[in-house]
Amino acid sequence: MKEKLVLVGNGMAGVRTLEELLKLAPDTYDITVFGNEPYGNYNRILLSPVLAREKTIDDIMLNDISWYEDNNITLHTGKEITQIDRINRKVIAADGTTAAYDRLLLATGSHPFIIPIPGKNLNGVITFRDIHDVEAMLEAAGQYKNAVVIGGGLLGLEAAYGLRTQGMDVTVVHLLDSLMERQLDKPAAALLKHQLQEKGLNFKMEAQTESILGAERVTGVRFKGGEEIDADLVVMAVGIRPNIELAKASGIHCERGVVINDTMQTYDPRIYAVGECVQHRNETYGLVAPLFEMGKVCANHLANLGYARYEGSTPSTKLKVTGIDLFSAGNFNGDDSTEEIIVQDQSRGIYKKVVIKDDKIAGAVLYGDTVDGSWYFQMMKDNTDISEIRDQLMLGQHHIGDAGHGGQNAAAAMSDDMEVCGCNGIGKGEITKAIVDKGLFTLDEVKSHTKAASSCGSCTGLVEQLLVATLGGDYSATPTEKPVCKCTDHTHDEVRAGIRKQKLTSIEAVRDFFDWQTPDGCASCRPALNYYVLAAWPAEAKDDPQSRFINERVHANIQKDGTYSVIPRMWGGITNPDELRAIADIADKYKVPTVKVTGGQRIDLLGVKKADLPPMWADLNKAGMVSGHAYGKSLRTVKTCVGQEWCRFGTQQSISLGVDLEKLTWGSWTPHKYKMAVSGCPRNCAEATIKDFGVVCVDSGYELHVGGNGGVKVRATDLLTKVATEEEVKEYCGAFLQLYREEAHYLERTAPWIERVGLASIKKIINDNEQDRQALNERFLVSQQYSQIDPWAERASEGVEAYEYAPIKVIKKEAAK
Amino acid sequence: MSTWHEIGNIQDIPQRASRLVQTEEGDIAVFRTSNDDVFALADRCPHLGGPLSQGIVHDATVTCPLHQWKIDLKSGEAIAPDEGCAGHIPVKVESNIIYIEL
Ligand code: SRM
Ligand SMILES: Cc1cc2nc3c(=O)[nH]c(=O)nc-3n(C[C@H](O)[C@H](O)[C@H](O)COP(=O)(O)OP(=O)(O)OC[C@H]3O[C@@H](n4cnc5c(N)ncnc54)[C@H](O)[C@@H]3O)c2cc1C
Ligand code: SF4
Ligand code: FES
Repeated sequence: MKEKLVLVGNGMAGVRTLEELLKLAPDTYDITVFGNEPYGNYNRILLSPVLAREKTIDDIMLNDISWYEDNNITLHTGKEITQIDRINRKVIAADGTTAAYDRLLLATGSHPFIIPIPGKNLNGVITFRDIHDVEAMLEAAGQYKNAVVIGGGLLGLEAAYGLRTQGMDVTVVHLLDSLMERQLDKPAAALLKHQLQEKGLNFKMEAQTESILGAERVTGVRFKGGEEIDADLVVMAVGIRPNIELAKASGIHCERGVVINDTMQTYDPRIYAVGECVQHRNETYGLVAPLFEMGKVCANHLANLGYARYEGSTPSTKLKVTGIDLFSAGNFNGDDSTEEIIVQDQSRGIYKKVVIKDDKIAGAVLYGDTVDGSWYFQMMKDNTDISEIRDQLMLGQHHIGDAGHGGQNAAAAMSDDMEVCGCNGIGKGEITKAIVDKGLFTLDEVKSHTKAASSCGSCTGLVEQLLVATLGGDYSATPTEKPVCKCTDHTHDEVRAGIRKQKLTSIEAVRDFFDWQTPDGCASCRPALNYYVLAAWPAEAKDDPQSRFINERVHANIQKDGTYSVIPRMWGGITNPDELRAIADIADKYKVPTVKVTGGQRIDLLGVKKADLPPMWADLNKAGMVSGHAYGKSLRTVKTCVGQEWCRFGTQQSISLGVDLEKLTWGSWTPHKYKMAVSGCPRNCAEATIKDFGVVCVDSGYELHVGGNGGVKVRATDLLTKVATEEEVKEYCGAFLQLYREEAHYLERTAPWIERVGLASIKKIINDNEQDRQALNERFLVSQQYSQIDPWAERASEGVEAYEYAPIKVIKKEAAK
Repeated sequence: MSTWHEIGNIQDIPQRASRLVQTEEGDIAVFRTSNDDVFALADRCPHLGGPLSQGIVHDATVTCPLHQWKIDLKSGEAIAPDEGCAGHIPVKVESNIIYIEL
């Protein structure tokens, strides 16, 4: 018989936990759900737009009744559980309904706090928590004129704005002198207040409500000091308290919330709790993103996997008031141990503050221009050392260069029909509609439902902004470290460390050790794991061709019509008449439709049939040419300029140095593609400052630049160091490449990798410690012994993987008869 | 009238890989999974015609090499939220020999 799982609280955290559980272990439990409200599960966050009549209740349903039926879940709506009989393991509802459990999940959310003053029970005094409250507000807005909202926090302001759009005269009453003091510092709060006043809201600051006036229905509000104002509707939005009555009455240990450990268990190990009702490591949460993380961890344990841990969250906030752009995260006020960088532009209504502690971002408040919110937030969670980019920090991420989304950086300023995703032609309106209609919360969900941001990814920032603007929180960037893919909860770094420590030398061993949730893995994790085991154990690990993307599997780039392209290596961009003649003959022999000079200083033969690849490679090999790895997450090209060999300005031998570097590094597999260049003087004709590793020759030696990127997001390199000899260039080149190979996540180029870990930490290893540098370089050279084998030669003349290139069978019409 | 065609030994296709059968009506991709199930689909992704035979095979699914749609090998249907079908072709394996019905 299946075990019984009972959920108390049919809200966002509880049902999300069930969804995660069903993904992991669909048949483990008989599930029963009790909810106090008379509905399925809806998106509470979007009650504010419902109040502003921008959305309807139907729009915001996440799981309607049929979802429960489809998943064989017994749902009791409109029933409140009043008792947990822990001895006999059953829950009892107010109407007498009971349900037995083997495991129980509490997700009772929280209660709006009601200030204990005279008049609090009058008609027309309400809170802002559920559909019922919104309906009451909308009804009042249709009949009455004056509304008072007590509380100038996030919820209060959203309520006030909603009521104002419904035509009421609204006054927001706030105890302190500054709005949203838990999210904003004073200057940002002043800008907010100003902008809300322009939208027609009235404010009464530093006012303490003494009583609510009226006989049956509210007629006004009286403040301390005696002043009174008229009111037909009073909304109390002064905060929330975890709903712990049920847990407390049942003898489960509670403080401010239901106390849980890192596996979401309460003091009764059969009883789990998630959501706003819990207290974890002394914190309680009132935003959705942390609750979803809890749900994931809880599901992991309910599914008996037992390895996930919840270690707390760093939430960020956003106000969902149309036209207002604010972002806040972390310790935004700062203290004695922090420093602040502030940019303020009064007339444009822009204010930005980043709080820094020990060269790391500790918090941020942005008002008016929030484009860089997710950038700061990511660096804050990654603990990135920002000392090297401090001077550029306030200019924002995009000043480093951006392309691919028409120069748009602020999603809020775009009209609904403007294109967000240039690869797939998806507009802003389409994305926001999908977020609401389909109940999407994460970047991944938006990607799979709309295809936006799923190709080149340059519009990811815009899509994240749309998520934040629509849902009011940062879901996409949580958790700090992303799992490798949907097959596991383990992060890239955990997996890499495990591979090294446990000496895991095959993909299967990694999946076994880390309890992968799918038998085979998927198209995302398999190539990553294949790379990780090869990078860690070059001598021992065996390459798995079936876990490589087609281009790497057949050592040629697939084209849109299913043909392939062939790019032989041209060391440092140097060729000669013999090679060119051979290429010309081969192009003729195989009827190559297009011969093109690439952006990487070599020649591309495009439109080759798969079956022609091995014989063509044999011919290229004969002429002395090898694979250019134009298809691989591997060393691509080393661009050079003519340098001192020819150029009247050249200071060093850039051609021969480039050739040497390419001979040193070719064949090596890397987390993402890796490009180098050598320029003979600071005129930099080889564009070395947008390469992963670029050398700029100067009279006194060689400047070594790292972390450049052309492509989707242009990033100029950082200067790593300057050296005097070619030997040193090679040692640094090997060491830096190896560090990248060992530390970066799969599909992370050097530019984002450096931005994540901070240049300072890389300099510390490579520049400051000669032994570390040499050890890295030596590990690189060892691994090269196993990878500098021309894959084309193996396939052209040794019959490696011959099955790839020929059909298993050709069926002709005649044969069919 | 459709008939069964012998196309080769199951060992001729590595696990988690696919090979092509060329016919005059177009290419057919024959897949072998990690537990030795064999499936056949038209070698045309329902999205923009990508060659599914060149994809990555995981469980009974193939990820198209061009834009990463996932196709269910059992039915040929794209996995939600994507929609479309790569015609599914009957297969049988007898004494390690694969046959497809055309
Ligand atoms: C052939 C070539 C275009 C050309 O005709 O010049 C090319 C062609 C492709 N590029 Fe490129 N890129 C080519 C030079 C470049 C350059 C210029 C350079 O290397 O100096 C860049 C910008 C520099 C950089 O990478 O920082 C470039 C930035 C990209 C990007 C964006 C990378 C990024 O980090 O933002 C992609 C997409 C990706 O890798 O995910 C890409 C992806 C591709 C792919 C592989 C798209 C794909 O997945 O099918 C194209 C393969 C076509 C083919 O079959 O050959 N290509 N690509 C160039 C081959 C160079 C070579 O000799 O190997
Ligand atoms: C108007 C509004 C706007 C918001 N905006 C944002 C935002 O922009 N961003 C953000 O991240 N968060 C926002 N939030 C907060 C977010 O909605 C909550 O953090 C989230 O809904 C909490 O989820 P939960 O499951 O813990 O609680 P809930 O969603 O409240 O679910 C608890 C459920 O349990 C039921 N219940 C309680 N006790 C019992 C019982 N004994 N028996 C049966 N059922 C019971 C309740 O009726 C309720 O349905 C907003 C909240 C509101 C009200
Ligand atoms: S070659 Fe590069 S820029 Fe040109 S279409 Fe392909 S990926 Fe885009
Ligand atoms: S052609 Fe298959 S995903 Fe686009």
